[in-house]
Amino acid sequence: MQRRTLLASASALMMALAVPAMAQDEPLKVGFIYVGPVSDGGWTYQHDLGRQAVEEEFGDRVETTYLESVPEGVDAERALTQLALAGNDVIYATSFGYMDAVMNVAAKFPDIRFEHNTGYKRAENVGTYDGRFYEGRAVTGTIAGRMTETNKIGYIATFPIPEVIQGINSAYIHAKKVNPDVEMRVVWAYSWFDPAKEADAANALMAEGVDVILQHTNSTAPLAQLQQAGKYGFGQASDMSSFAPAPRISSVYNNWGAHYVKSVGRILDGTWEPEAIWGGIGDGIVAIGEITEAVPADVKAEAEALRASIAAGEYHPFTGPLNKADGTGWLAEGETASDEELQSMNFFVEGIDAQIPQ
Amino acid sequence: MIDPISVFLLLLSASTPILFAALGELVVERAGVLNLGVEGMMIAGALAGFAAAYASGNPFLGFLVAALAGATISMLFALLTQVFLANQVASGLALTLFGLGLAAMFGKPFEGVRAPPMPMGPLRINWIVWLGLAMVPAIWWFLNRSRAGLILRGVGENHDAAHALGYGVRATRAAAVAFGGAMAGIGGAFISIATVLQWTEGMTAGAGWIALAIVVFSRWTAPGVLAGAWLFGGVTVLQLRLQAAGVDVPVQLLSMAPYLATILVLVLISARQKFSRHAGGAAPGSLGINFHALR
Repeated sequence: MQRRTLLASASALMMALAVPAMAQDEPLKVGFIYVGPVSDGGWTYQHDLGRQAVEEEFGDRVETTYLESVPEGVDAERALTQLALAGNDVIYATSFGYMDAVMNVAAKFPDIRFEHNTGYKRAENVGTYDGRFYEGRAVTGTIAGRMTETNKIGYIATFPIPEVIQGINSAYIHAKKVNPDVEMRVVWAYSWFDPAKEADAANALMAEGVDVILQHTNSTAPLAQLQQAGKYGFGQASDMSSFAPAPRISSVYNNWGAHYVKSVGRILDGTWEPEAIWGGIGDGIVAIGEITEAVPADVKAEAEALRASIAAGEYHPFTGPLNKADGTGWLAEGETASDEELQSMNFFVEGIDAQIPQ
Repeated sequence: MIDPISVFLLLLSASTPILFAALGELVVERAGVLNLGVEGMMIAGALAGFAAAYASGNPFLGFLVAALAGATISMLFALLTQVFLANQVASGLALTLFGLGLAAMFGKPFEGVRAPPMPMGPLRINWIVWLGLAMVPAIWWFLNRSRAGLILRGVGENHDAAHALGYGVRATRAAAVAFGGAMAGIGGAFISIATVLQWTEGMTAGAGWIALAIVVFSRWTAPGVLAGAWLFGGVTVLQLRLQAAGVDVPVQLLSMAPYLATILVLVLISARQKFSRHAGGAAPGSLGINFHALR
């Protein structure tokens, strides 16, 4: 047999083998890679709840697997390849740092669909998904503005990236709307998870007279400090309900299950496309945790009304008139920010007396 | 604008975990053992202490259990390095990885529950903070004024000479390692019981490595450890405090400062050793070297 015909028949054989694998009755295999342990109580935990939601929704029609605590970098590529070779039909990569690994592996396995969380690179078989967390912060910002007695609210920020800056701006705009005297203090922790430092940051804010703290970091340490001081805060990434009813008076958490169920459903009925999904409260990806009895009923009603109007698409949290912190104009009366502007946001809005580290 | 007393009070509690861990490691290193497993012992203490405080409702019992847990897990290191004469650096790193993994596994049932509140001590400062401060003169006295401390330092400076004099090198070192483990355990438990009030995997977030840097920074002295812990704790607290006050500070530079200071101290130590024969403040002579009587 000549080499050319050997190759041709080999590829024909592989095609023949590949086809039965795609046959009907096999369950759809869904793979996940997580950056942390499923027990982290925060980011990865919420993704795993999403995976469980998929199992619950589709039962025998799907088979899910996950690899946890996969570091970003070379290991990610190996883990993704492993999931691909294990016959998964779709793979969800749940951390920003997996981006290039996803692109590399996706190029090698064109028949497998990939979705990358919080990334921006897409291909024929690679989509992205993310949450509009700033929508949730509009609601918690409103509550913070109403609940503060010192008129100083604080924000424990992570890194100066657009997602975090959107959160700070959104919280401030809505706190200011209900309390014109409110001031916002910002502390950059330069970490997503460092309990000791988060506790120190909360204490530093309280020493400045702050009495309501919003956090972008993922541990419960700030809530523990707030509790000792008798002040208020919010859950982040997951509900943190063990600190309810106070100091945790509400929360913004990630409900990835809403996206996973929709996405797997589309794969099952063959309508999946590589999209850039940026879902908010209306899509169910961003959820507001229970507003506790520590919050007066009228404030609770106000916050819930805001949530409902954002969910219905009637209100955009970045609606003009809004100026930038340097005094230049940004959005005119009634104008709303475009997604492109939000995704590259690198400025505070007027009124926030703090610097974004460069 | 920033009131120095409030910064100092924040500094006291921020520096407590690293102060405990570094004081323990100081004694270990003065006995001639380099235990890089501080992070692993801290996390073991953080979990065991939290579990005990949660189950009993008594935070002080939690600290006691944390000390026992830290000492117990450190015995694994003592067994490897003092009995089987394994490499100390590799064994220490293994202890860190083992401690982190073990705590993650046994920590599952304690996720999402809360620790009992910690009663305040005098001046509204936590009792454990006071204990940490009291340990500084106590360890200084032990190392420099007590006979047992003299033997421990002798073992650390020249184990062959100490052995020739009839002192039990391995027993002394094992005891030092156990003490270091207990102190690291208390330091870790301070994070879980007094600071965060919850158990989370990986919650010590590198504090053990900072403690190791502080021991070097201290030039192997107890007052130096206190200065180092306050420097590391103080820089963190101060930069957060300045940020909260709305002052534009170069965050990354300030966070780097203690590490730069440590490197500077190392350079100064080695420069002094180069130019003077009798320079103090250098590493113990037998640091990191295993001892066997038949060698």
